[in-house]
Amino acid sequence: MPIEHEQLIEMVDKIPAFPHSVHQVLALTASADCAPKELVSVIECDPILTLKVLKLVNSAFFGLSKEIDSVNRAVIYVGINTIKNLAISVATAGALPTSNKAGLDMNQFWNHSLSVGVIAKQLASNRDVKGSDVSSYFVAGLLHDIGKILFAYFFPMEYKDALTESYESGTPIYVAEKKLLTLNHCDVGAILAKEWHLPQELFCGMERHHQTQFSDADDIISMAIFAADQISHQIQQKDFKAQALPEVVEKWLGAPIEKAAESIPNLMDEMNKAAMFVKLK
Amino acid sequence: MKITLRGVRGSIPAPGPDTVIYGGNTTCIEIETDEGDKIIIDGGSGIRALGNDMLKQLPVNCSIFITHTHWDHIQGLPFFAPLFIPGNTIDIYGSFDPVYMKDLKTILAQQMEYCYFPVRECELNASITYTNLRDKQSVKVGSATVTSILINHPVLNFGYKVESHGKVFFFTGDYEQPENIYEPEHDAYDEYQSLVEERIQDLNQFIDGADVVVADSQYTNEDYQTKKGWGHSAFDSVIEMAGAANIQSLYFTHHDPTRTDQQLDTIYQDIMERADLPETAFHLAKEGTVIAL
Repeated sequence: MPIEHEQLIEMVDKIPAFPHSVHQVLALTASADCAPKELVSVIECDPILTLKVLKLVNSAFFGLSKEIDSVNRAVIYVGINTIKNLAISVATAGALPTSNKAGLDMNQFWNHSLSVGVIAKQLASNRDVKGSDVSSYFVAGLLHDIGKILFAYFFPMEYKDALTESYESGTPIYVAEKKLLTLNHCDVGAILAKEWHLPQELFCGMERHHQTQFSDADDIISMAIFAADQISHQIQQKDFKAQALPEVVEKWLGAPIEKAAESIPNLMDEMNKAAMFVKLK
Repeated sequence: MKITLRGVRGSIPAPGPDTVIYGGNTTCIEIETDEGDKIIIDGGSGIRALGNDMLKQLPVNCSIFITHTHWDHIQGLPFFAPLFIPGNTIDIYGSFDPVYMKDLKTILAQQMEYCYFPVRECELNASITYTNLRDKQSVKVGSATVTSILINHPVLNFGYKVESHGKVFFFTGDYEQPENIYEPEHDAYDEYQSLVEERIQDLNQFIDGADVVVADSQYTNEDYQTKKGWGHSAFDSVIEMAGAANIQSLYFTHHDPTRTDQQLDTIYQDIMERADLPETAFHLAKEGTVIAL
């Protein structure tokens, strides 16, 4: 079924956060002097909370001359209290059910998003991306698949069919989505990022992480998210068949994907650190 | 420009024998350009008497800039008499509330809902406009240009710079210098510290060389230790800002409601005895003070 652009934009505001982070936000903010850094950690490990915070600070209400691409940057611009109250309002709006009618495993989704964030950040550091820019690689990774949540939440029946088709025929999910829903999760992420004036690199990471051709060799963040996505699947699913790396991505990585995956030795440590804040099951 | 401090108290009006010298009214600053254009910053309780004075010459045309919508900066507005009189034109500027997604008009109208106040916003007879400002947006008022800057407070707070005929005035509204939320040993400390410094630098550049700055200095350094994150500055950080931004003259304002005249005098005396003060001329803001620029 065709999805209306307007319909899509309106929907996202209604998406609740992950149950673990809702619980953490409410527990932390029950005290007036909650530690800001813990709150930031909870927000930045939850794709929905992060997306909503970035949507707000990049909105026309502030008209900031700088694009805000990380939760820390958002805090310094609008203040920890505004971020805290925003997180509370998202949290009190409810929690995403752990299961949905489409059959998208939310826990797995969160786990994958977080690992792509962590890997993208590490690849960026390995490739000498400058320190202050590395955090946007994490955010781009965390948000890259956000379109899947929208599908599962608002088009459960259609999305279930797409998931089933992908599972049974081995078709990649982004191809099955396009066939059954006319858009894939990359398109949906890109529409949101554009509508909300999110920084260009977040837009690129969402839009281009399954494309097979990179017209711009300088589009490093898209390449990083593409590679991080493949590496994450490879580490987490033993029988995963990686998408062939476009030549330019392999060149940027400096190694075939299996080798690059070995350069992420601390993935589980980093994931565990992050999971402490959202109490991943 | 002529600047008159109409209210210098923070948080809540504090009338009484201990505040007769510096004044008990909450924040309101009146600015008149050489051409007679009228700019008012904030509608704390100090705006009531100002409104009554303005009635002497009708019709009233003025622009009111609201730094933020905490009570002590808007509580006088329902008693600002020019709002009730047909033929007056009043333009109100301020920020949007991103947490509740409310615009300025809605927020101000809500303080006049019938359960709080007997006259509703829609019954005000002056011609009133509301404009939600963005960061660093400039508005022309006669010969003056008023520019907003988003600075740190628990709700969105704009500091306002007013420039006219080469003279520069700045009011912080409520402001607390941002602090690093991480300990030095934390991974994110350095990145956050560079953001903190970027923000402080941004404000210092915005007000560099200003002729007069009126700045939130609600706390003594001792008070501040237990009031971090409450959104107000201690005298020390304001003095530091004055030096870093080459401010000519600075008025400490937003006096704590518990602060007596005598305590303010003692604090001021201690400050003026310091050997490390920048070249700025420091003053305590006092209700009724007129500054000619």
